[in-house]
Amino acid sequence: MEQVFFTGLQWSDAWFLVEAAQKSLWISVLSISVGTVLGIIFGWVLHEGRWIAAGTLGTVLDAFRSIPLIIQLVLFFNFFPIIGFPLDPFQAGTIVLALYTSALVANVARGGIESVGEPMQRAARSLGMSYWQNLRHVVWPIGLRSVLPSWIGVVLGVVKDSALVSVLGYVELLRASQILITRTQEPFAILAIVGVFYFLISFPIGRIGKRLEGKWSS
Amino acid sequence: MIKIRGLKKRFGTNEVLKGIDLDVKKGEVLSVIGASGSGKSTLLYCINGLEPIQDGYIEVDDTRVHDRNTNVNLLRQKLGMVFQQWNSFPHLTALENVALAPRIVRKKSKREAQEIAKKQLSHVGLGDKLDAYPNSLSGGQQQRLAIARALAMEPEYMLFDEATSALDPELVGEVLDTMRLLADEGMTMICVTHEMGFAKDVSDRVAYFHQGILEEVGPPSQIFGNPTSEHTKKFLSKTR
Repeated sequence: MEQVFFTGLQWSDAWFLVEAAQKSLWISVLSISVGTVLGIIFGWVLHEGRWIAAGTLGTVLDAFRSIPLIIQLVLFFNFFPIIGFPLDPFQAGTIVLALYTSALVANVARGGIESVGEPMQRAARSLGMSYWQNLRHVVWPIGLRSVLPSWIGVVLGVVKDSALVSVLGYVELLRASQILITRTQEPFAILAIVGVFYFLISFPIGRIGKRLEGKWSS
Repeated sequence: MIKIRGLKKRFGTNEVLKGIDLDVKKGEVLSVIGASGSGKSTLLYCINGLEPIQDGYIEVDDTRVHDRNTNVNLLRQKLGMVFQQWNSFPHLTALENVALAPRIVRKKSKREAQEIAKKQLSHVGLGDKLDAYPNSLSGGQQQRLAIARALAMEPEYMLFDEATSALDPELVGEVLDTMRLLADEGMTMICVTHEMGFAKDVSDRVAYFHQGILEEVGPPSQIFGNPTSEHTKKFLSKTR
């Protein structure tokens, strides 16, 4: 009897891809959320910049920004078992993606803070606002509005970059598509479907961003 | 009362205030005139604690502005300030611009803060612009908004830093009128200004600054009519 290596696409494969898409979405949402919060804090430190920490942090963040993500992922994933903390692909992937996001967001956030300008902040402080009140009620909302498009750009980039976590063996969209392609030998159809999935994740993000921009600029 | 003694202020090696002694009494309107770079704007920033000083002291109602133990955020509630650039908060309506500080700094309820804001906006003639965003207001309107915003903290002193310098000529009048109104109401005011007409008509005293020194201070009749200092004479002859 002839052994069957290759079988065509089946309905169950659709579920396999949907599950993989959920994983892509989940790792993106998680690393973008954590990375954004960290990035805002880092951006603030970079802006304040008085401490030696700002110099050190700047260099570290530059490293995260300039070393290809795929190298960071492999290095990180293989480094932790050496020091006795084996991480599964999801954990390692999330940590690296979050740090990578934070490095990108840090510069966006610093730009946002600096877009507000000294005179505006002096006006706020002259009303008796404390440093933190100024940051919370003046710098934050004004800066956020000015850097929203850049932040959306970072988010869309990270969603796509999350595909690289596949090299660690985490079965997200890209990895799932490779598995299916190996089995079905139908790369065109499968990559097209996966492309649509990525589009379905990214498109609403861009639209929400546009809508917010529109609302704020009116 | 604002009491300034021996005030020195340097930016790096550049000494912009070289030992200033000046008193401003409650209810007084003092205009500060002088060439650009004479240190008059810096004086206001120092009074408000926005700039550190190198020597001397400034007291506002017996509280030293630059004392380490002074709560400068609390002190600034007494000192309203209006800047050359009006700096309206662009993401807030006129009403919210004015209501923000009363709400978060003075911890008023939202309704109370809005009542104060409405009152002050009507006060400066913007009662019909409550829901307008700053970018739909003219420069003069935005500057009046800035005045209302400062007044909403119910300050005892108002500091004006060249409040009309950045405005188109046709918009200067409405801002000066608002400042006149405050002066008539008895507000204590220090106005750094290039508007000699305003200084002459509205102020109780005029101070002339020359290269970081308080060259001459006195009633407008003296400064404009019979100045004792050569520098003052020269400056005024150029501005006329």
